[in-house]
Amino acid sequence: MNNTLFGYKQRHTWLNQTTGTAKLVGFLALTSIGMLSYDTRFLLGLGVLAIALMRSAQIKYREYAFMLKLVLIFAVINLIMVAVLAPQYGVQLYGTRHVLIGRGYWALTQEQVFYECNLLLKYLFSLPLAIILLFTTNPSEFAAGLNKIGVSYKIAYAFAITLRYIPDVQRDYQTISLAQQARGYEISKQATLWARSKGAVQIILPLVFTSLNRIDTISQAMALRRFGREKQRSWYQEQAFKNRDVIVILGALVVVGVGIGLLFSNHGRLYNPFHTS
Amino acid sequence: MTTPIIDLQHVTFKYHAQAEPTLHDVSLQIFPGEKVLIAGASGSGKTTLLRLLNGLIPHAYTGDLTGELTLNGRAILDQTLSELSLQAGTVLQDSDAQFVGLTVAEDIAFALENDHRPVAEIKQAVATWARRFGLGARLDLTPQMLSGGQKQRTAMAGVLVDDGKLLLFDEPLASLDPAAGWEAMTMIDGLQAARDLTVVIIEHRIEEVLRANVDRMIVMSAGRIVANDTPTAILQAGILPQYGLDEPLYIQLLRQAQVDVRQLPDVADVQRVDVAAHATAIAQLRVPIQPSVHTQPQLQIAHLDFQYDKNQPLFEQFNTTIHQGEILGIVGKNGSGKTTLSHLLTGFLMPDAGDIQLDGQSVLSQSIKTRAENIGYVLQNPNHMLTKSTVYDEVASGLVLREVTTDEIETRVRAVLRLLDLDEMRNWPIAALSFGQKKRVTIAAVLVLSPKILILDEPTAGQDATHTQELLTFLTKINQQEQVTIVIITHDMHLLANFVQRALVVVDGQLLADTTPAELLADEALVKAASLRTTSIYQLAARLQIARPEELNAAIQQQTHGYNKV
Repeated sequence: MNNTLFGYKQRHTWLNQTTGTAKLVGFLALTSIGMLSYDTRFLLGLGVLAIALMRSAQIKYREYAFMLKLVLIFAVINLIMVAVLAPQYGVQLYGTRHVLIGRGYWALTQEQVFYECNLLLKYLFSLPLAIILLFTTNPSEFAAGLNKIGVSYKIAYAFAITLRYIPDVQRDYQTISLAQQARGYEISKQATLWARSKGAVQIILPLVFTSLNRIDTISQAMALRRFGREKQRSWYQEQAFKNRDVIVILGALVVVGVGIGLLFSNHGRLYNPFHTS
Repeated sequence: MTTPIIDLQHVTFKYHAQAEPTLHDVSLQIFPGEKVLIAGASGSGKTTLLRLLNGLIPHAYTGDLTGELTLNGRAILDQTLSELSLQAGTVLQDSDAQFVGLTVAEDIAFALENDHRPVAEIKQAVATWARRFGLGARLDLTPQMLSGGQKQRTAMAGVLVDDGKLLLFDEPLASLDPAAGWEAMTMIDGLQAARDLTVVIIEHRIEEVLRANVDRMIVMSAGRIVANDTPTAILQAGILPQYGLDEPLYIQLLRQAQVDVRQLPDVADVQRVDVAAHATAIAQLRVPIQPSVHTQPQLQIAHLDFQYDKNQPLFEQFNTTIHQGEILGIVGKNGSGKTTLSHLLTGFLMPDAGDIQLDGQSVLSQSIKTRAENIGYVLQNPNHMLTKSTVYDEVASGLVLREVTTDEIETRVRAVLRLLDLDEMRNWPIAALSFGQKKRVTIAAVLVLSPKILILDEPTAGQDATHTQELLTFLTKINQQEQVTIVIITHDMHLLANFVQRALVVVDGQLLADTTPAELLADEALVKAASLRTTSIYQLAARLQIARPEELNAAIQQQTHGYNKV
């Protein structure tokens, strides 16, 4: 059946060959500066860069379609919530008020629309970067990368081992779900929501118990091979730093530099097209 | 005199969660270079003993411990789990769950990574050990892509990479098919000799473990050591059956031929034991095999196509018929489509083309729920099926969900519980049941819907001789009293040889053979293709030049059936 590791596949692109550490540092640098900045031009630039990188990583649309849809749904909900909960935040930020429709507190302003467009841009540039990081990095190497930039190796390993057992838990889930349907719980789309949710509970219980058993065995197997004995551990999948990695990190730093430069030239995080003095 | 590598003196251990000690006054010594089998039925305390040796007790399981335990002359209790792991490597029973790396290479490297050794050195060690275990070409594979045997070899490499001298195996045969089990035992034997290891094997399948030429056998029962001697002496004494263990099949056969096993030299080695004088007596035990008499077609599978992956068809134009009232076995190596086939029959999967007809009616349009009323399916792992808190509720749930009246539920549930000898436990909490009892509850829960066909996936996996025997008794009863057709997916050679009436060999989606178990086991090429392994009876028959060894199997079958009636 499906044997890819959560999207990771061996592809022969330069992004695949870059070490996990370099990609992780680059990802963190670009997303941090992108989250900090509200300069629309800069965010657009990041978006273009992210999409260009995505192309050169040769990841196919159907591989990340589900993730993309999930993030878009989340983004839209987020944008609506911002519009509902803080409809005048844009006005407050940019200091001007150009009403598009409506009036009073609930009026939709150009400033609000512009602000939310910036938010959307943040989603749009960070998602491709995250996809590249996950899809081009071997999970163990990724864990090694996390460990290298200072995350405790126990936490980093927890990440890798989660990916190791996801296919097993998925399989357990499917088996249990089918067995419970055979017993008579309706989980298929024909049944009412109530019947389906009752059926779902019947899956969770055995799944939790089998998973707990599994975790028990895993932790024993790890303890029996001295996991956690030393303060540090080495990583089989760790890659040596090459020139390419230095270039990736330098490139990321240049982009960060541009972002910081813009912070100064804009006198703050905002790029304000409404400012007319 | 050499000093023992393991020395236990008067060890008694009680888990905190339990009222009674699991081990009583256990004393044993294991010397360097020995291969020791620790045998015992479920609940005999053999797993607890292993946990004491590798330090999981007291580090992972706590309890009250008295007595002296030393490993390489140092008290086990004074050492950390890490220190112990450098001296004693453990290969756990579940070769899948203990595979912690994302790939073979990382799993072998795991211990060295944890020791923070340089990566270059680790890579070299991994390459060496992977080559030794025939895994050199599989370094980048994920556990999902490996067979049970390959996973177990990875586990062995991952432990031996420490260069430890003591290897502990917890039920190494449990997750392997017979051919892989045979290879594992051969490998353990060879490894021990080549690297001067000390090996401790915990198992209840004695017939297979004897292949590893063990030097000593320790038999446990109810938390005590009841025998500690050479396999020859223990087999001569004939004490295994009283402790819930099966003697090797050839020994059972010798006993039936009235051979006096008590004085027989080399009795633990089917290739060396000298019984030529008894060849005639043994040959006379042969029982002609009754051909299966079931001819009424019940379930017809016609032109079935199925694939998981677009480019990899599994079943193409698969045809077969299951007859009313028969006991059918489906065998074949792991991952070759046996479970997929049962999932197609139960509606868990839908075929791409073809038809499945029950009594002339296509079942393809029926939901999983409706199909379960005619074709019951018992999964291998009972924990995947059990959701209720008591035995009664669990068995009743299928009927409750089908809105049967309370009175009728009561009648039907009690009838099934009585049939499976569970009626007295009907108010027991599920959590208090043993693995074998849980298995029986899942069979009851499926049977209560009165299916015409009962499919069981590896029903004897993880069960000792006594429990297997009980299970077979129930299945025979269901088959004979309720006329339920029984389909068993299995690698259990005993089950195949002595219980199944007709066997389908499915390998890579192909129906390689549709035959009787006797003919299957007589065909060496077929046995190999199905990843099976003929039993010691065949080896003995070959040595004594007895033709038609399958008829000797039938002799043992008669004996076991006689035993059932007692």
